[in-house]
Amino acid sequence: MSNAQIEIQLIASIVAIACAIPGTFLVLRKMAMISDAISHSILPGIVIGFFITQDLNSPLLIILAAFSGVITVVLVEYIQKTGLVKEDTAIGLVFPVLFSIGVILIAKNANDVHLDVDAVLLGELAFAPFDRLLISGVDVGPKSLWIIGSILILTVTLVIAFFKELKVSTFDAGLSASLGFSPVVIHYGLMTVSSVTTVGAFDAVGAILVVALMIAPAASAYLLTTDLKRMLIYSICFGILSAISGYWLAHWLDASISGSITTMLGLLFLGIYLFAPNKGVIAVLYREKQQRTEVLLLTFLLHLKNHTEKRERHVNHLNEHINWQKVRSKTILDLAFKNNMILIENKIVSLTEKGDEFTSQAIDYIITNEDAQIEDMKDDFFLFRG
Amino acid sequence: MDITEYIQLVFTDYTLRTITLGTAVLGAVTGMLGSFAVLRKQSLLGDAISHAALPGIAIAFLITGAKDSNVLLLGALVSGLIGTFWIRGIIKKTHLKSDTALGLILSLFFGFGMLLLTFIQKQPNANQAGLDKYLFGQAATLVESDVLLMTIVTSVCLFVLLLFWKEFKILLFDADYTQTLGFNTKFIDILITSFIVLAIVLGLQTVGVVLMSAMLLAPAAAARQWTNSLSMMVFLAALFGAFSGVVGTAISASQNNLSTGPVIVIVAGVFVLFSFVFSPSRGLLFKQIRFIKNRRDLELHKTLAFMFHIAETHDDVSHPHTIKILNNFQGYTKSTLQKLVDKKYVTLDGSNWSLTSEGFKTASNLYNQQMQNNE
Repeated sequence: MSNAQIEIQLIASIVAIACAIPGTFLVLRKMAMISDAISHSILPGIVIGFFITQDLNSPLLIILAAFSGVITVVLVEYIQKTGLVKEDTAIGLVFPVLFSIGVILIAKNANDVHLDVDAVLLGELAFAPFDRLLISGVDVGPKSLWIIGSILILTVTLVIAFFKELKVSTFDAGLSASLGFSPVVIHYGLMTVSSVTTVGAFDAVGAILVVALMIAPAASAYLLTTDLKRMLIYSICFGILSAISGYWLAHWLDASISGSITTMLGLLFLGIYLFAPNKGVIAVLYREKQQRTEVLLLTFLLHLKNHTEKRERHVNHLNEHINWQKVRSKTILDLAFKNNMILIENKIVSLTEKGDEFTSQAIDYIITNEDAQIEDMKDDFFLFRG
Repeated sequence: MDITEYIQLVFTDYTLRTITLGTAVLGAVTGMLGSFAVLRKQSLLGDAISHAALPGIAIAFLITGAKDSNVLLLGALVSGLIGTFWIRGIIKKTHLKSDTALGLILSLFFGFGMLLLTFIQKQPNANQAGLDKYLFGQAATLVESDVLLMTIVTSVCLFVLLLFWKEFKILLFDADYTQTLGFNTKFIDILITSFIVLAIVLGLQTVGVVLMSAMLLAPAAAARQWTNSLSMMVFLAALFGAFSGVVGTAISASQNNLSTGPVIVIVAGVFVLFSFVFSPSRGLLFKQIRFIKNRRDLELHKTLAFMFHIAETHDDVSHPHTIKILNNFQGYTKSTLQKLVDKKYVTLDGSNWSLTSEGFKTASNLYNQQMQNNE
């Protein structure tokens, strides 16, 4: 590994961490699309800042761009407050217009300078190590590393300092207001941090990758845990993992680094989306199937409990009466039998003591509407699940 | 270039005519379908789909190796649909919310598309140049066959829209009721979503991935302010969309260095702004005017009530009082006093005022009336 390669991976990882932290809160606050809007609408801020400073790395440019990000949020909220359109429409209206203004500004005024829309939107990490920061003639490393590094330190300090405020206002804005931390201040603080991070990262990795790095690790982490601290740690790990593996994918394919990092994030999310325990699609589908069988079982047991006459409890009759297909009735019957809830004598089905008790309790819970208790009760009674 | 000259040019110049026609048709179809997206609270779906279409374009190119725009659009359609259904899957099967799902699909698909595009650029194939026009769109590359395709798709959309009008309408406003009536809601839902995807994909070549969502939303959001009827809204949105297409093309054609996509979006944005401010029933301006008018009325009532309480203490209702005693009262202004005179509740005599018997009667019933109205 050459020096430049290490530097690229270092920058990518730091960007990933700096994005994952605000991203986690954005996902939890259901504001993920705001990051997309910000990442587009910083363009006019960048363009205007560039006209003033003529330097893509100047701090003024970052401030102006972050300011236009905050303006986006304010505009979206203002439009939403008028009640003329819904929030999502407000987002969808504001950022394309601001982005268009940026594109037109570039087209009209900046034809011969190093600033084009592709660069802003897509970024090129491969060039990041060539832009060095020189302090009194001494090379101290790539500029973007310093910029994103200081943003990361700022973000981490703010998160540690205001962790409990962020946590409370994220999950219960009303409680946070009544405790005396203004949710509005926290909200705008978070928006400002997101804007600053987006701006700091765009030049290295591009606006779209910033969105991916904010949302995808947080969303993947959210499928694995419900603990805020753990979610933050997971998303940081996912971010770093995809940053480094993405770099090597790009190296191998000779393609865009930001594109490869996003692709790795996508694969990671796809994997977690499918296989996450409890919340992954496969687990959910399996649980749904299980619950369906168990509800059918309960219906079946209720039928048995309600009918004492032999005619109603004959296997053939049950098949007809409850109108299940053969296969399904066999599964249910097997399940009930395995769990010692029924007895079958001469093709007459009857409840065992255990089955009787289970059914009575289940009815109680259903009548009192304490649905949550049924799951615990199933654990007590079932030897085998559906 | 003045306007008449430009209009003449639109009819004579092949390129300009094609582009104007293309953007107009595109604006109409996106406006039409955008109305449904806005009302179904799926506004950002357009943004997600347009980004999700990018890998489809790249893959279609990788497979066929040809730059035929119809094949590429087919690829875009397929990957847009995959993106849409994945979004639905995420929302339905996990506890992730719709905004997260949209942002995820948008950025992940787009990033993957970028990976493929840069990969294609490194291939030894001279044909690949120009794929990136789908990023920001280039209306200038529209040819007659593209416009023809757009027109056909628009007609099909219109036909299906009219055919399933009542189904679309009822699903829009009450999905549960639709299901109880026995309609196949899933089918209608997929139908309308697929058409939205189709419209977005059509627009990619003209306005590009990034700005497509605004084409979908802006005309519909503007139209929404002027009417409460769905058919009127769809019609107006189509009109606004077509108009922003034509005006945007005209502005960008008459200036150097202005790409059509962003200009069309800004024109549509101006439409939205205008509608937000000046719409008679919902607009901010008239709302403010109504607000001020209501406040004036209340102040008038307050003044009248104040006068009434003074007049009450005298045997003669019309006993004159000086205007000065009204001065330390909030609701009093010269114009409100004049209004009361106009309504014949009060008569003025120099610096004195006196309540008429009619004014006294109205004032004594003022609060009773309001209570009666509330009941």
